[in-house]
Amino acid sequence: MTEPLIRLQGVTKRYGSGQAELLALKGIDLDIQAGEFVAIMGPSGSGKSTAMNILGCLDTPSQGQYLFEGAHVESLSRDQRARLRRRYLGFVFQGFNLLARTSAQENVELPLLYRGDTANVRRTAAAKALQAVGLAGWEHHTPAELSGGQQQRVAIARAIVTEPAVVLADEPTGNLDTQRSHEIMGLLMALNRDHGITVLMVTHEPDMAAYARRMVHFIDGRIAKDAANPNPTTTAPDVPIAEGAV
Amino acid sequence: MLYSVFMLALRSIRRNLLRSFLTILGIVIGVSAVITMVTLGNGATASIKAQISGLGTNLLMVRPGQRSGPGGGGGGGGGGVPQFNEADAEAIAAQIGGVAAVAPEGRASATVVANGRNWATSIIGSSNAWFDTGNWKLASGRIFSDEEQQAGSAVCLIGETVRREIFDGTVGQTGLGAQLRVRKFSCIVIGILAGKGQSGMGDQDDTVVVPLRTLQRRVTGNLKVATLLVSMRDGSDATRLKASLTQLLRERRKLATGDDDNFNIFDTQQLAETLSSTTQVLTTLLGAVAAVSLLVGGIGIMNIMLVSVTERTREIGLRLAIGALEHEVLLQFLIEAVVLSALGGVIGILIATAASWGLSSLMGVPYAFDPFINLLSLAFSAGIGVLFGYFPAKRAARMDPIEALRHE
Ligand SMILES: Nc1ncnc2c1ncn2[C@@H]1O[C@H](COP(=O)(O)OP(=O)(O)O)[C@@H](O)[C@H]1O
Ligand SMILES: [Mg+2]
Repeated sequence: MTEPLIRLQGVTKRYGSGQAELLALKGIDLDIQAGEFVAIMGPSGSGKSTAMNILGCLDTPSQGQYLFEGAHVESLSRDQRARLRRRYLGFVFQGFNLLARTSAQENVELPLLYRGDTANVRRTAAAKALQAVGLAGWEHHTPAELSGGQQQRVAIARAIVTEPAVVLADEPTGNLDTQRSHEIMGLLMALNRDHGITVLMVTHEPDMAAYARRMVHFIDGRIAKDAANPNPTTTAPDVPIAEGAV
Repeated sequence: MLYSVFMLALRSIRRNLLRSFLTILGIVIGVSAVITMVTLGNGATASIKAQISGLGTNLLMVRPGQRSGPGGGGGGGGGGVPQFNEADAEAIAAQIGGVAAVAPEGRASATVVANGRNWATSIIGSSNAWFDTGNWKLASGRIFSDEEQQAGSAVCLIGETVRREIFDGTVGQTGLGAQLRVRKFSCIVIGILAGKGQSGMGDQDDTVVVPLRTLQRRVTGNLKVATLLVSMRDGSDATRLKASLTQLLRERRKLATGDDDNFNIFDTQQLAETLSSTTQVLTTLLGAVAAVSLLVGGIGIMNIMLVSVTERTREIGLRLAIGALEHEVLLQFLIEAVVLSALGGVIGILIATAASWGLSSLMGVPYAFDPFINLLSLAFSAGIGVLFGYFPAKRAARMDPIEALRHE
């Protein structure tokens, strides 16, 4: 077995103190190999988002270790974690979080601006990412002119434009209808399958989780079940994925 | 790095054009108020200085009667006060050191007629020294000859206004050599004075100058001299000169030790200083009031930047999540504030330039562009951006990305 891309060891997360103290994660051990497609499931309040925030290097564990490619994330500073995020991670949120009154292209270019890429490099990369999510030709539309599904696809383009190792998606289909949800899942699946991007996704819906090749169940801050999906969904509704994109 | 952050800031400004404009409105008003006030004030000061130097530099105007304001003495002198005469002028020139020229001046009002036109103007009778004391230059022609002065000949020089009103449109347009009728006599125009332009003391160019004796004999019919114009040499001590002038005149007018002066000496230089320092104080005051409005504009920027930071919490959360460093977010908001306020400064300068240009021509003062105050206002407004943008920017940079993303 190769060195895992991600390794959580005895990770706990404590919120508040004294009477108000709450243990959101109660000792998590989790290894994720590069190239996996993992669905994280579980009831509301079971610690899924807390775990995703730690995995996404947005937060640090109260106790325990988080190794990303062998590096100890829990001992990194705020800015060091930001650098790690901009280099290796892409985020997809439930609420899309696109900049309003800003074209799809500029939204997708945003992470590249922080990397200091030139306008030319940014434009090319953004066009490629938008093509990969099936939005070629929509570069100049603002979020208000796009449907929810299209907005989430712009967000996915923004997540993959930096060619990250991992895409983290916390309930990416939570705001979408079933049809759009399947489209988004098909997209994530294709990114994972065709481009080897590791995908970590939180979802409530078994239908969506079924696309993943591994399912991790959280209950009350612990991993209750962690098993491979013997029969992942592979036939998503028709979503155009350009060959060689990303 | 700085460039891309700058681009980010510009994009944000462009994205919220209306709000950006409202944000900088305070700065725009502040800057344009400051610059307009200072520019108009400078213009007023400059015009007062020009008017007074038009009267002649280092000029003392001595008039009979108690002290009176500029232009107020007239020459009436009040009940029973003895007037001056030509001998007084000669005595001053002969006995007081530091004097460059002394001109006795008599005035009368008259309508002059020539070329089929007439024009009401003031007739000045004086000597050739008058042209020195008043800094007059000749546009053409000549000044009086000694014989003409002695004899009180019918010769005259005319000011630019008189030339324009009477002789514009004639051959040569100057009127040189023409016969100008003044009341009951006619004089030959021997010279044209170069124009001085409009002045606070009235139109100095609206005048006809004749030898003093000519005025006394043919116009006023008496030997009185209303004013003695005394110009000082450069670098002479005005205070000492005035003291010895006062003493000489007291002796000549036979005043006893306890008597008040029955004449007054009016110093144009002193007047210039007093007036221009007054306008400078006014300019400073108005500028200060306007500067307060600039400060209020700055607080406006901070207020709206704070609102903007709160409103854009999710955006900030997103930026942080995708890997923006703390100082990059700080810089972005700071640059946004600075670019906004500097933009306000630039718009303010444009408005101020238009406004002070228009207002100064309306008020009849010269438009005095002051690069210093423009640069200062621009720097000041950018500084306001830094000052009042820092706190909101710091707040944005310190946000927890998770909390920020959850913000509704
Ligand atoms: N910032 C926080 N402060 C206090 N409690 C929190 C915070 N974030 C999450 N929690 C608590 O931690 C527990 C796990 O939350 P979360 O990870 O969001 O659950 P899930 O995403 O599985 O619904 C919940 O009880 C939640 O109330
Ligand atoms: Mg959650």
